[in-house]
Amino acid sequence: MSVSAVGGATLTRRGVLPSWTPYAVVLGVAACVAALLAAAGNLKIVPLIAVTLVVSAAVIYVMSRVVEGSRRATDRLVTLSITTAFGLAVAPLISVLYQVFKRGLARFDSAFFTESARGVIGAGGGASHAIWGTLIITGCATVISVPIGIMAAIYLTEYGRGRLRRSITFFVDVMTGIPSIVAGLFAYALFALFLGPGTRMGIIGAVALSVLMIPIVIRASEEVLKIVPTHLREASYALGTPKWRTITKVVLPTALAGLVTGVMIAVARIIGETAPLLVTTGVIDSTNTNPFSGRMQNLAVYAFGEYRNPGVQRDAAFDRAWAAALTLILIVMVLFLAARLVYRRFGTEIR
Amino acid sequence: MQAIPPVEEPRRRVSAANAGQGPDAHHPVVREAKTVEVKDVNLYYGDFHAVQDVSMRIQPNRVTALIGSSGCGKTTFLRSINRMHELTPGAWVEGEVTIDEDDIYGEAVDPVAVRRLVGMVFQSPNPFPTMSVAENVIAGVTLNNRKMSKQDRDEVIERSLRGANLWDEVKDRLGRPGAGLSGGQQQRLCIARAIAVEPEILLMDEPCSALDPIATLAIEDLIAELKSRYTIVIVTHNMQQAARASDVTAFFNLEATGKPGRLVEIGPTETIFTTPAEKATEDYVSGRFG
Repeated sequence: MSVSAVGGATLTRRGVLPSWTPYAVVLGVAACVAALLAAAGNLKIVPLIAVTLVVSAAVIYVMSRVVEGSRRATDRLVTLSITTAFGLAVAPLISVLYQVFKRGLARFDSAFFTESARGVIGAGGGASHAIWGTLIITGCATVISVPIGIMAAIYLTEYGRGRLRRSITFFVDVMTGIPSIVAGLFAYALFALFLGPGTRMGIIGAVALSVLMIPIVIRASEEVLKIVPTHLREASYALGTPKWRTITKVVLPTALAGLVTGVMIAVARIIGETAPLLVTTGVIDSTNTNPFSGRMQNLAVYAFGEYRNPGVQRDAAFDRAWAAALTLILIVMVLFLAARLVYRRFGTEIR
Repeated sequence: MQAIPPVEEPRRRVSAANAGQGPDAHHPVVREAKTVEVKDVNLYYGDFHAVQDVSMRIQPNRVTALIGSSGCGKTTFLRSINRMHELTPGAWVEGEVTIDEDDIYGEAVDPVAVRRLVGMVFQSPNPFPTMSVAENVIAGVTLNNRKMSKQDRDEVIERSLRGANLWDEVKDRLGRPGAGLSGGQQQRLCIARAIAVEPEILLMDEPCSALDPIATLAIEDLIAELKSRYTIVIVTHNMQQAARASDVTAFFNLEATGKPGRLVEIGPTETIFTTPAEKATEDYVSGRFG
């Protein structure tokens, strides 16, 4: 189809492959490779996908090069590579979700949410103690981390200058890389100083999680506060508003939705922590809702325990572990949905 | 090009809705506003000398326009009048700015108090996105946590919106988000917000640069009305606007890029646009450069 000619150069495209070509090629190649592998008596999913992708990339490139020219051919090759990379990135995620749902549903019953593991040796029992523990420990960690994290972020965006600011940012970045077990041992050692070694309480776990959570809250909040436009702050100053009121009444409300999202990401990051809680809150089979006294169970440690020490009925214990994992994922999903709702309700368009 | 923009009195286009609200003669003074006296002001951003040796007297109840090419320090100078300049990290001020004899850069002076006396309207409309129309108008009060009865509150909102010629357009949607108004309405909302705190002096930094001609006209009419109560300083890139809307014009220029901006000439708008004393001013207002 000739469009027009500019300065002698033609704008005519050579040929065009139909839009369904890549799909048809991938399916066709997949069928051939499957047939060949089956003939060799070795039909497995991973080699099938790998060989199919490599062969169809070559086929599409050659076809496109012949019909459409080299520029379009390269474009198609890059498109296929990027799509493959995306697929590789999400495949484990989908696989994990699928497995957790499939295996977790076996024990996803009312007993699981109402009973604890107290006195349970074989089948039956539940994880209500671990669910309570997870919610309470995470709640305490959030209560500790959010004020500290957001205030630190306010310092960094509104007050901090020069060297001090830069070094704080640096150490916050370093803190995000702390292995979680180190945070657990830190909290354990800190409380051991005051309460003697071997003390296990929910609040110690919450402190350990806070060490992990604070840097995440700081970084997320800092990014959000940074994009609150300077002209809004100036509009507030020009009305004769002191700095701290400008921050509390203009900057924070404008950034509210982003702050909530940041906190949710931090919560999701720590809610599944196992190692630091194993050290600090210990393991227990009965319900304890007081974070200031005695051991406390949580879902991740519970799942780990069920897997590590399955007891007399292995399958029943494994089912409980999967159900605990599923519950944990669902809690995170509910939190994110809640954050979305907050975003919809209070979200401000930041220009 | 010989075209020298015609100078005329700011035309009065008082619409029926606003009749009786504004002043009715040419320069009626409803409230005596304050005089700003600037003496040898130098403004810096860190090492960069942005504005050099500016001295001028800004008369009360008059509109003073600051004109000049981009980057010559008009806005920087404007922001030194309400101590907003020093909010930029590294920025500092030398010299003296007095408002009715009070030095605003004095040792004991609180910059926050200065900003209550000198309101400001910015280049692009910036209503607070979290607030409704009414909340935006009253923001100067609520942000400072001052208590106000419901009746006073409603009164201030109506008076300020009427003062900004916006009341009739928004009176039915006071509870809607301020960011939902059109650009011109948002800018008048910002003016309403600025005058709700009853400042003495109103600074406007290119208030019409983001607006279409109709909205610009509305703002210029408003400026003409506002000078009965306030001392107004307006930065503008638009020479016709300076000619239409101001009583006094100050021309800023810089000798070369990288050099500080200076005040070349200040005088009655008519004089500046017809018989300026300096060659640079004449070149600029006649469109030969800038």
